[in-house]
Amino acid sequence: MIFEYAPAPESRSVVSLRETYDLFVDGEFTPASSGEYLTSLNPADEEKLAQVAVAGEADVDRAVAAARRAQETVWGRMSGAERGKYLFRIARIIQERSRELAVLETLDNGKPIKETRDVDLPLVAAHFFYYAGWADKLAHAGFGPDPRPLGVAAQVIPWNFPLLMLAWKIAPALATGNTVVLKPAETTPLTALVFAEICQEADLPPGVVNILTGAGETGRALVEHPGTDKVAFTGSTEVGRRIARAVAGTDKRLTLELGGKGANIVYDDAAIDQAVEGVVTGIFFNQGHVCCAGSRLLVQESIAAEFLPRLRARIEKLRLGDPLDKNTDIGAINSAAQLERVRALTDTADEEGVERWSPACDLPERGYWFAPTVLTGVGQSHRVAREEIFGPVLSVLTFRTPEEAVAKANNTAYGLSAGVWTEKGSRMLWTAERLRAGVIWSNTFNKFDPTSPFGGYKESGYGREGGRHGLEAYLG
Amino acid sequence: MSHTATAPEATTEHALRAFLHGLPGVDEVGARARAQDLSTRSIKTTAKAAAIDLAISMVDLTTLEGADTPGKVRSLCAKAALPDPADRSVPKVGAVCVYPDMVATAVEALRGTGVGVASVATAFPAGRAPLEVKLADTRRAVADGAGEIDMVIDRGAFLSGDLLKVHEEIVAVKEACGAAHLKVILETGELVTYDNVRRASHLAMRAGGDFIKTSTGKVSPAATLPVTLVMLEAVRDHHATTGRRVGVKPAGGIRTTKDALRNLVLVNEIAGPEWLTPDLFRIGASSLLNDLLMQRTRLSTGTYPGPDYYTQD
Amino acid sequence: MAERRESKKKGAAKGPARDGATTEARSAAPTAPARLAVKKTYKLYLGGAFPRSESGRSYPVTSADGTHLANASLASRKDARDSVALARKAFGGWSGRTAYNRGQILYRVAEVMEGRHGQFADQLVAARGLTRAEADRIVSAAVDRWVYYAGWTDKFAQVIGGSNPVSGPYYNHSAPEPTGVVVVFAPQTAPLLGLTSVLAPVIATGNTAVVVASEAAPLPAVDLAEVLATSDVPGGVVNLLTGGVGELGPHLAAHADVNALDLAGTGDLATGFEETAATTLTRVLRPGPEADGGEDAWLDTDPGTTRMTPFLETKTVWHPVGV
Repeated sequence: MIFEYAPAPESRSVVSLRETYDLFVDGEFTPASSGEYLTSLNPADEEKLAQVAVAGEADVDRAVAAARRAQETVWGRMSGAERGKYLFRIARIIQERSRELAVLETLDNGKPIKETRDVDLPLVAAHFFYYAGWADKLAHAGFGPDPRPLGVAAQVIPWNFPLLMLAWKIAPALATGNTVVLKPAETTPLTALVFAEICQEADLPPGVVNILTGAGETGRALVEHPGTDKVAFTGSTEVGRRIARAVAGTDKRLTLELGGKGANIVYDDAAIDQAVEGVVTGIFFNQGHVCCAGSRLLVQESIAAEFLPRLRARIEKLRLGDPLDKNTDIGAINSAAQLERVRALTDTADEEGVERWSPACDLPERGYWFAPTVLTGVGQSHRVAREEIFGPVLSVLTFRTPEEAVAKANNTAYGLSAGVWTEKGSRMLWTAERLRAGVIWSNTFNKFDPTSPFGGYKESGYGREGGRHGLEAYLG
Repeated sequence: MSHTATAPEATTEHALRAFLHGLPGVDEVGARARAQDLSTRSIKTTAKAAAIDLAISMVDLTTLEGADTPGKVRSLCAKAALPDPADRSVPKVGAVCVYPDMVATAVEALRGTGVGVASVATAFPAGRAPLEVKLADTRRAVADGAGEIDMVIDRGAFLSGDLLKVHEEIVAVKEACGAAHLKVILETGELVTYDNVRRASHLAMRAGGDFIKTSTGKVSPAATLPVTLVMLEAVRDHHATTGRRVGVKPAGGIRTTKDALRNLVLVNEIAGPEWLTPDLFRIGASSLLNDLLMQRTRLSTGTYPGPDYYTQD
Repeated sequence: MAERRESKKKGAAKGPARDGATTEARSAAPTAPARLAVKKTYKLYLGGAFPRSESGRSYPVTSADGTHLANASLASRKDARDSVALARKAFGGWSGRTAYNRGQILYRVAEVMEGRHGQFADQLVAARGLTRAEADRIVSAAVDRWVYYAGWTDKFAQVIGGSNPVSGPYYNHSAPEPTGVVVVFAPQTAPLLGLTSVLAPVIATGNTAVVVASEAAPLPAVDLAEVLATSDVPGGVVNLLTGGVGELGPHLAAHADVNALDLAGTGDLATGFEETAATTLTRVLRPGPEADGGEDAWLDTDPGTTRMTPFLETKTVWHPVGV
């Protein structure tokens, strides 16, 4: 008997989308000065979801001015305890509206409801809850007896975890007495706009949080605006370099959370079933749209012949399709442009003679889809082993000794994450100590927590988000 | 990675230990997380209807009480053969599971129904008896007509490291079973770690068990999802190595349809759909059956039934 | 220092005539001192050795009042590249040492420096025109700064790192690690205490350093290198370049194998270097208000972790907790 799962779609009715969304500036939704709008699509079926305003330089001016006013007149002067209470209130409203936000995130982003419901939204609420508690305890955070806010923070976030990245940016900034102007990604602006409504619902003073939607030009205008004191960016290394250049010579503080090419090292003594699971989670979680993805599997050569069939068998069980179906493991690629990029980079593997495998899986006709893909016979010199694909594509390499594993893992310009799978404690610690990456997951992968600092070495950026460390970026 | 290596022919203490301790470890947190993730699978409508019927056919309807009487056993057997007198499309259960002294009663009650009789044996549930007693227990149950024997392993011997003793007992009981199928109860609640569960699973399969079973139902925790997951991985790996499919039977603590469906999802995704048959997967339970019947009615009628509409046996 | 000035060749004419001998010599027959002092050649310090610049170039170094003091090596772009390679090579060993051992070595630097107190004071008198008392105070502060950071080596990880109470069955721990190779542009007007204040935190935390000494006053840095070379600091941990910040800086800022820059001594060039560094996301510590304040600006005896954290990465390790 074949055991098929019938469709189990989450209801869309919890989301009531407006046709158009304006900018959120100084506590109000107001049109962009240009009057321009862009359309946000559901990447799973290419249906239009809503129109969102495109902010230009004049709007950036207005938002920065509002943020400055709010910082100087209200937010910066407020006691930490009161600031914290606003954040607690926001955290609670997020919990109350979490199903609505999860469904909306899935619609706008294409990631499975299983993830937005069980990962993104719980972490978003937890992040606000965590930093809320810091607001009146900053003197104990280890940054001096009287740490001060920097002022106004310009924040630009990516499309892979839209609301979670918003939380990572806004919660610590607000807890420390800064005000923010945040630009969500062009393709995933909607949950940020609902967050703006939540700020209103929470009676957050106008100007403390400003949300400017738009594309790259909006982001550029924001990070280059002379009126801010801090720039925080999560996104590609390419854009990160430009931002670092733009803030050079200013007094602005900068944190960057950029790309990665994480290695997932599987030693011959690994707990094999959990290692297979961790490799799958490492690369296929969120369709591989994860800067810290374990996109390079480094498996010890002595077990590669056994490990890879197990891995393939496991990948064959992944369910790709309607992101709103509760049983979907792999959702849609976020945009046509990203799909093109994933295709183009993966195609270089074919040209370079790398063996490519995907499970038999039907891709929906509409929307942006890419089957889980495993590339074997990959060498360090292949492009797919060096460049971030940011999609569900795993490159498999082998190693012979722990030294070789570490050398290969570190042989990248990035340094965001790495995984280690071994049942031997001393080998785990030895390896973790030598990996040049900001987050080491040993015998697990892609775990996040508001208390746990996250950020990269080398070209994966600088600064840490999360935990006590995450306060430093917003305190002077 | 020795679990895919061909097991050595002659079983010596050394070879057995080398084999079982050469199995890859199980990370407890990872195993729990995987089971938790699979438990969020949502089984709806047609899939749910098919799964409920499948689950009913996999139930080993069990009574293992000191207060068991022939009357109680006969009433259970009636229920096993005809779970819902109001709906004859309900499949019959996999087997009735009783103590050895009730085998004859159950065999008589089930004659001609196609429902099997399983007997616990080997000084169930503790297993603390001399081997001769355990073998006699087994032979008697088989002689009385039990088609399936649910034996317990010697957990004390396992935990003290006497793996060969555990192995030899299973071999001896298997021999005593003759044509009867042997289910080997690991009593995972006493083995505690998933590493032990994996080792005991492989040991039982190597010794010739036809099924590996989680628990007696007398020890808590009994059949948790991660334990079943680890055992399903073991039968999957054993099949990959030897070509032989061994069955799995979680028993104890599975009371609701949701619990049962979660188990079926595990079977489907870990061992594979080949195991989705009463020949290779059973659920040891008593109260579960009525919940399955209630959910079945709800699906077909759209209304929520009450417990008084189902027989209490 | 006095001897060195007296015995230099070209600078004799404008050098201070301590005993009037040179003035007299013009009219009298040539004489020679009873014993010719042995002059020190100021070289680079690369990989534990003291080579001249591979370019063969040198440049004159003068005292605060313009007197020629010595010729310093004028490091080249290739010297800069070599120094980065040497620092990289030394990084694994140095960062892999126990924090206790690094503390012992830094304390040893203080001990050896203390023994050369007079020599450093002489250098400061010459280089910065300080009074002897002022110079003594600066040298003492510099020695004490090494002691200060010697004590930090095995404490900053506890202060900065720690365990994180994540919501799940995981052990989660964050610890600081050295970022790697740090290029230290030493403060221009604080050639000893300023230099020590920027260099010591870099190596205390396990980084290796390429130091570009104060361009105008590089001699104390070379003397310090001699201290390092005799204090069990492994070769390559500190590499000293003397020469032009404007010449060396762009190459070091652009070097992809440099992990961080301390721009203290870069003055107007800081912005350009920061822009260049952006290409490889090299960490940058911008010049602070103390950068051009002379040695006195560096007298704060407790700078805390402010000069360590910019050169540390936080690594967070997760591991499940189970049986």
